[in-house]
Amino acid sequence: MDRPLRIVVAKAGLDGHDRGAKVIARALRDAGMEVIYTGLFQTPEQIVQTAIQEDADGIGLSILSGAHMTLFPLILDQLKAQQAEDIVFFGGGTIPPEDAEALRERGVQAVFTPGAPLQEIVDFVNDACGKRRALVG
Amino acid sequence: MMDRPTGGGQPTPEFEAQQAAWEAASAKGKPRSGPGSGATDRTLSDIPLKTCYGPADIAELDLARDLAWPGQYPYTRGIHPNGFRDRLWTMRQFAGFGTARQTNERYHFLLAQGQMGLSVAFDMPTLMGYDSDAPHARGEVGKCGVAIDSLADMEVLFEGIDMGKITTSMTINGPAAIAVAQYIAAAEKKGIPRAMLGGTIQADILKEYIAQKEWIFPPRPHMRVIVDMIQFCTEQMPKWNTISISGYHIREAGSTAAQELAFTLADGFAYVEACMKAGMDVDSFAPRLSYFFNAHIDFFEEIAKFRAARRIYARRMREKYGAKDPKSWQLRFHTQTAGCSATAQQPENNIVRVAYEALSAVLGGTQSLHTNSMDEVLALPTEKSVEIALRTQQVLAYETNVTNVVDPLGGSYFVEALTDEMERQAEAYFAQIEEFGGVIEAIEAGFFQKEIADASYRYQRSVESKDRVIVGVNHFTRDEERGDMDLLKITEETEREQAASVRAVRESRDANAVAKALGRLKAACADPKDNLMPHLIDCVNAYCTEGEIVDTMVSVYGRYTERSVF
Repeated sequence: MDRPLRIVVAKAGLDGHDRGAKVIARALRDAGMEVIYTGLFQTPEQIVQTAIQEDADGIGLSILSGAHMTLFPLILDQLKAQQAEDIVFFGGGTIPPEDAEALRERGVQAVFTPGAPLQEIVDFVNDACGKRRALVG
Repeated sequence: MMDRPTGGGQPTPEFEAQQAAWEAASAKGKPRSGPGSGATDRTLSDIPLKTCYGPADIAELDLARDLAWPGQYPYTRGIHPNGFRDRLWTMRQFAGFGTARQTNERYHFLLAQGQMGLSVAFDMPTLMGYDSDAPHARGEVGKCGVAIDSLADMEVLFEGIDMGKITTSMTINGPAAIAVAQYIAAAEKKGIPRAMLGGTIQADILKEYIAQKEWIFPPRPHMRVIVDMIQFCTEQMPKWNTISISGYHIREAGSTAAQELAFTLADGFAYVEACMKAGMDVDSFAPRLSYFFNAHIDFFEEIAKFRAARRIYARRMREKYGAKDPKSWQLRFHTQTAGCSATAQQPENNIVRVAYEALSAVLGGTQSLHTNSMDEVLALPTEKSVEIALRTQQVLAYETNVTNVVDPLGGSYFVEALTDEMERQAEAYFAQIEEFGGVIEAIEAGFFQKEIADASYRYQRSVESKDRVIVGVNHFTRDEERGDMDLLKITEETEREQAASVRAVRESRDANAVAKALGRLKAACADPKDNLMPHLIDCVNAYCTEGEIVDTMVSVYGRYTERSVF
């Protein structure tokens, strides 16, 4: 790969729990990726705009406030509206198993719940975003 | 006649020979390998540990200066002479979800089960100053706590509850002054004067910038709002603890125990200094400051942290701030077991973790305690799981007998040495914060945020490498999670219902009175000499919504934006 993968790590809504997002951001950076951390309280529109402007390969969304069934789909809608569905969209947080399953069905490529090993997340991002890069260039 | 046994910790030649023999035997040991073995020689917070502690480790300890007895300065052994013999800690479960009506039902349930005080959890929009029908609130209404948009909701929240008797803690930071105003107004509508109200409010905005991130205004105007609130409550609410200064969230954000201790106390001292600067006498307000700590899973480290907290606090309050009232020296605190130690995997195991954590808080001499429910890592707790959590405290209080002797670990070579180490690390942090020029300056420089992010990443790495074991997560895992736990669901119906109810409030009130009250509030925001609290009470009595009040204040103070570090 010529240039490193670029990943937007995002926090949406009013949720201030940023420990997980920051740990993931560092782990991806340590794995050689370029990480753009949005900071807190971003709207779905802002997050997708950031990903497009930064030419990101993936968006990782962290939600621990319980608003995941609202905010994940809003980002999916935005990706669709902006014709940016090739961007790999994944996330994690305090998400009950059946909600995680429902989100995967709706198009979120991976949902990581508390206790997921960092390496598993790094491997997923490398793999999924690597494939996207191969297709989109 | 036998000789009097040698006491007083003076090592005899025989003892020294024993020590040398033990050291030799110990040196022959083979450290175990495998998962968890990387963390056998340090605490959860990376403090190096010896295999065993002895008299030499407390050689510097001056009994009168550093320990004294329970109820005596510097309160290392507790603030009450008789500990829990005279009075148990207050069992106070943090609760709130959905609408005020739903949460009111949960409060009645908890009180019926023997809970002793209430603790209100608000939802994210309420914490951030948005009404339930605001665009920012979408998906968040009633999820992390109860939605309180106006006085109307606060009245429902306390329906059938004697606000003159019960004590209430409210966890709300940005809009804390508004929540106090609503609480006062709700009580006074029932004929209970504000002077009778007991409880506390988190109101600790500094830790929001540091860790929890639920701020509204920038730090400096926010400090003014808090000083106004402390001043008002000091004068008019003699039974109210004016602010609860919180390390809990600092720890949850990933800090070490020593960081939690140091940053929390540093925040506390910043409020003390701000109030003194506003002309208040330290002994007029300090007796009603209270603190809030985390009880994490490293048992002895936590006990040492609580003991060190009391000692550091007493010394600073007396020596640095010149407080003369012993009540000003006494650090009183609430404890909550560590949410971040709970695991989504095999969630029933969390019951056990919570029990150990609660024990450390009790042995550390806490004044009140919240025990987490096993399912809180997945959702807000069900009635069943919150009952188990409360029963955990009751078993501790009534069956284990740990309440019978005050500070039972006092004098332990290990616990005393660890208490000293906690104090030493905290003092080193105070010196660093001072170099920045103070807490606000250190926040603006991103110092705390960086320290916490570093610590949390180090910790996560140690879990990844299995240096540290988390049962059910990186060791002793199951192939298949059972997934048979009932979870509390907050539906979208709650959001629609609450949005409709705040709209109904806006339509039914006197619009003229609302405009006038908000106008006066705005003028007061711009005038540092005019205490904001009476204006806030006028606003809530006119049924201004929280969002309207916050918007008015934001129009003067602005909203804070963080420079993110990771």
